Amino acid sequence: MSEKTAKTADASREEAALLPPVDVIEDASGIVLCADLPGVPKENLHVQVEADTLTIEGELRLDMPEGMESTHAEISLPRYRRVFTLSKELDTEKVAAEFGQGVLKLTIPKLAHAQPKKIEIRVE
Amino acid sequence: MFYRALFPRDLFAELDRLQRLLHQADDLSPSIRGGRGGFPALNVGSTPASVEIYAFAPGIDPAAVEVQIEKGVLTIAGERKIEAPTSSDKAAVHIDERFAGRFRRVVSLPDDIDTDAVSAQYRDGVLHVSIPRRAAAQPRRISIQ
Repeated sequence: MSEKTAKTADASREEAALLPPVDVIEDASGIVLCADLPGVPKENLHVQVEADTLTIEGELRLDMPEGMESTHAEISLPRYRRVFTLSKELDTEKVAAEFGQGVLKLTIPKLAHAQPKKIEIRVE
Repeated sequence: MFYRALFPRDLFAELDRLQRLLHQADDLSPSIRGGRGGFPALNVGSTPASVEIYAFAPGIDPAAVEVQIEKGVLTIAGERKIEAPTSSDKAAVHIDERFAGRFRRVVSLPDDIDTDAVSAQYRDGVLHVSIPRRAAAQPRRISIQ
């Protein structure tokens, strides 16, 4: 799994977006990816696997009172996006996603044949 | 466990990451408390009737966050615990960017706020503190006799 910058031909998706911080941990059974997407309600989060590309996209929604003027902004764009390339041994059919309190947790298992197998040694 | 593995990465992604690091380091002598890029990220807005503060703190227990106003300074402090990866020794950390640990951020508030009517709510990982301004301080239209 590696990361790539969004360079899609689709011009409409070239809108500026924040890069959410992630943790990626790999163990023998697969990869766990956690991403921080604060301010994104569940219905505005889109996780998509297309061929070997994983795209995480989220649109922020904050309840702002009418006529609010921003005086200081560290989260200055209303959108998060990050794209990763998945390697071949990952099973993209079995990606599991959990999302709560602005934290996305994706579990991407490895294909059965890519799982480590212990080889029994027989003594004859 | 916090080494960066030899991962097949895209050159553009690396450049992007570098650029982000540079951006975070913005000026070469940042403030002693980290200045920008601290956790949680804060957005502050104001309306004639209130001051609105948004703290982007995903995945924390709202009960463990301390929000207090003292002498016109709002403090948001707490701790963010990130669950350790399933502590099998074969786990490798490839990317480790999310904040973990104790945090504290302060915002100085204008003078005309009413500290008795503050409301705070936590939703979708954002802590929203709304502080109304005192009624007397709100703009009033004066009719001309």
